Amino acid sequence: MIDAKDREIIEALQGGLPLVPAPYAQVADRLGIDEDALLHRLAELKSRGVIRRIAAAPNHYKLGMTSNGMTVWDVEDARITDLGAQIGALPFVTHCYERPRALPDWPYNLFAMVHGKDRDEVEEKRAEITAILGDTCRAKDILYSTRILKKTGLRLKSKEQAKG
Amino acid sequence: MTLDATDRAILNRMQDDLPLISHPYAAVAEELGLSEYDLLARLARMKEDRVITRFGPFFDAAAMGGAFCLCAMAVPAEKFETVLTKVNAHPEVAHNYERTHRLNMWFVLATETPEGIEAAADAIERETGTQVLRFPKLQEFFIGFRVAA
Repeated sequence: MIDAKDREIIEALQGGLPLVPAPYAQVADRLGIDEDALLHRLAELKSRGVIRRIAAAPNHYKLGMTSNGMTVWDVEDARITDLGAQIGALPFVTHCYERPRALPDWPYNLFAMVHGKDRDEVEEKRAEITAILGDTCRAKDILYSTRILKKTGLRLKSKEQAKG
Repeated sequence: MTLDATDRAILNRMQDDLPLISHPYAAVAEELGLSEYDLLARLARMKEDRVITRFGPFFDAAAMGGAFCLCAMAVPAEKFETVLTKVNAHPEVAHNYERTHRLNMWFVLATETPEGIEAAADAIERETGTQVLRFPKLQEFFIGFRVAA
């Protein structure tokens, strides 16, 4: 849970951290608190897991990783924790989750995101996953992304919107 | 833009956590053997050229008492742009991708409360007349995100 002060800090930082030598001093100034108080709050938010890390989100496309495949698998429920951990540990898998099926249209319960220079590279990586899953996999598919339609990250609603 | 070896080293380093100190860029610049000025100039250029889509804290909506949910819709081609405008207008839609499948629009909802997910997904269904399938995570196996630049 977050309090009103945390919320102000998150709102001030959700657009990004300023690219200036003392970014926290600049943000603290805007919030009317001092830099140490802000750093202290942020450390606390981090220890609670509200902030996962302070880092850059790269654009895969601009890095030449133009192919992005969401590989999806129907794996026995009894084996998914073990197999998911194995797939998630592969160096080329950037996200790996168990999610509910949506039967009858969607039989898949394991999702693993794979990036590559082109679709051939993604298919090679996908074949490695196929080999690991073996007979425990009953159905599979891959969904390539063809366009980024939006990428903003989490936005808190402004107080006005939150009232509505 | 073309990225040189220094840009790539910066990108690789900056995908990892930045220290929570007064002058974080100076600390990273020292690790990489660069000046703080050079690091900041290169970061600013990469952000402007959208090699870096975002730089700053990554928040976990769930740890704030909120929630994330992956959602998918099967949108007919002729309605795609209209539906897209309506979906993206929701601030809860954190990112959205077009994908090669009958379910061709995949987006992530991030909300401050667990109920917010259902409310936003229901609103999108109402506004677009299209079913929104919901795939909340049941287990997370790894969250690396990093890509070698």
